[in-house]
Amino acid sequence: MNVLTDNFPLYAEGFLGTVELTVFSSALALALGLVMASFRVAPVAPLRAFGTAWVMVLRNTPLTLLFFAVLLGLPRFGLVLPFQLFAVLALGCYTSAFICEAIRSGINTVPTGQGEAARSLGMTFGQTLGAIVLPQAFRSVIPPIGSTLIALAKNSAIAGSFSVTELLGTYKSLGELGYSAIWSFVWIAVGYLVITLAISGIFNVLESRYGVAR
Amino acid sequence: MSTALYDIPGPRARRRQLLYSLAAGAAILALLGWAVHLLFATGQFTAAKWTPFEYTGIQELLLRGLGNTLKAFAFAAVLALALGTVLACGRLSDHRPVRWTATVLVEFFRAMPVLVMIFFVFVALKAQPLTALVTGLTLYNGSVLAEVFRTGVDSVDRGQREAAYALGMRKTQVMTHVLVPQAVRAMLPAIISQLVVALKDTSLGFLITYEEFLHAGKLIAGNLDYDLPFIPVVMVIAPIYIGMCMLLSWLASWVAGLERRSPKTGAVEVAAAEPGTLLAGPAGHPHPQESEPSQRSGPKTS
Repeated sequence: MNVLTDNFPLYAEGFLGTVELTVFSSALALALGLVMASFRVAPVAPLRAFGTAWVMVLRNTPLTLLFFAVLLGLPRFGLVLPFQLFAVLALGCYTSAFICEAIRSGINTVPTGQGEAARSLGMTFGQTLGAIVLPQAFRSVIPPIGSTLIALAKNSAIAGSFSVTELLGTYKSLGELGYSAIWSFVWIAVGYLVITLAISGIFNVLESRYGVAR
Repeated sequence: MSTALYDIPGPRARRRQLLYSLAAGAAILALLGWAVHLLFATGQFTAAKWTPFEYTGIQELLLRGLGNTLKAFAFAAVLALALGTVLACGRLSDHRPVRWTATVLVEFFRAMPVLVMIFFVFVALKAQPLTALVTGLTLYNGSVLAEVFRTGVDSVDRGQREAAYALGMRKTQVMTHVLVPQAVRAMLPAIISQLVVALKDTSLGFLITYEEFLHAGKLIAGNLDYDLPFIPVVMVIAPIYIGMCMLLSWLASWVAGLERRSPKTGAVEVAAAEPGTLLAGPAGHPHPQESEPSQRSGPKTS
């Protein structure tokens, strides 16, 4: 117990680091995922191919390799950014592939008749998309996006090994201070549980408010 | 493509889409060209950076790394399947304490980052890197697989279980002779997809200095004699990793396609990976209203 109370600032710093990493990467992943999903359902073949390639490659890349390539590789091209930004980039791009697939399958669950009905009422493409398709897709997309973002929060632990401040990395400083490793890990585990439970709580609220009654 | 988004394009829309296609194609080609130019401009294709891959010592180093990756994957896959089976049996048990224990274990290991478990075993229990990696991967993937197994067995049509009991089979017989054979066939794609995750996660061994593929790459990349061939190493390693994972993913979707056509899995509703259908009418029936009115107008309806 006193591992936590004695080193509360250290844990708090790590915890906030993980939260920041999760929030920023989630924002990037959602934005990029939405763009890629729109590429994948577009009637323009090159964009569709690009979206497909993006998803195929990123879904089959180990995240460690991606971190390795981004954090140590991009500086070779003269792109020097803080490590945290690189970590957000790697995590966001990796997760965007999963978000893209979730959004795309959400759009595909909207029955074709809905769009046909909207168009036969004289709605433009923008109206069909904004008033008919996306609201329906949004509802069925909430649970898979929630589990993807939980996976993102868990994956952010990898960033700690690439000298980014986050929760898992605190075990090293604690070990140097001579605390028992087992107890420091117990509190790290509790920290991750808090984050993942918070995300799943948010998405449960979202689902109960907007989700589909099945 | 049958989405709700577009109609079949007419002549004008087709012309416009062709225009967009050309513009998008040009933009993507420009992006690729820029990337290649950047590679050349920063001197990633110089002979000094690529010669190391000609030495047999380096090739052996990479192959040994690949071998270690596959070894960790094989151990983790076998052990995770075993643990998944045990935990799924626990969750399906008739005895409440067993069921609760299994549930708590599964939920806990699914909620923990794999890396935390690997580091816990590596640092706190002072295990060997391979042991730590395999333990972490086994615990995480085993509990995910347990959920896959459980939902698979649960999704076998209820009549199958009832019929088996009615024939006088015992609990274990029902499970091993009726439910599991049908469930396994239907679950195979999900199981293989989870194994892809395990294969990808073996690269976490890099972080605990397990001498796997990425670790071998790092050794080569950090070598000053070869002018720090970092990008070449990534260009060699990444396709191999991605290729292995894609091969497994492709196997999963191939098996899924096979199952969809097989009559042996007819009693199992394979849980789709995507969210459920939105409206009552399933998307697979484009025109359910065509056949229904005749039935509805029958004398049965009041």
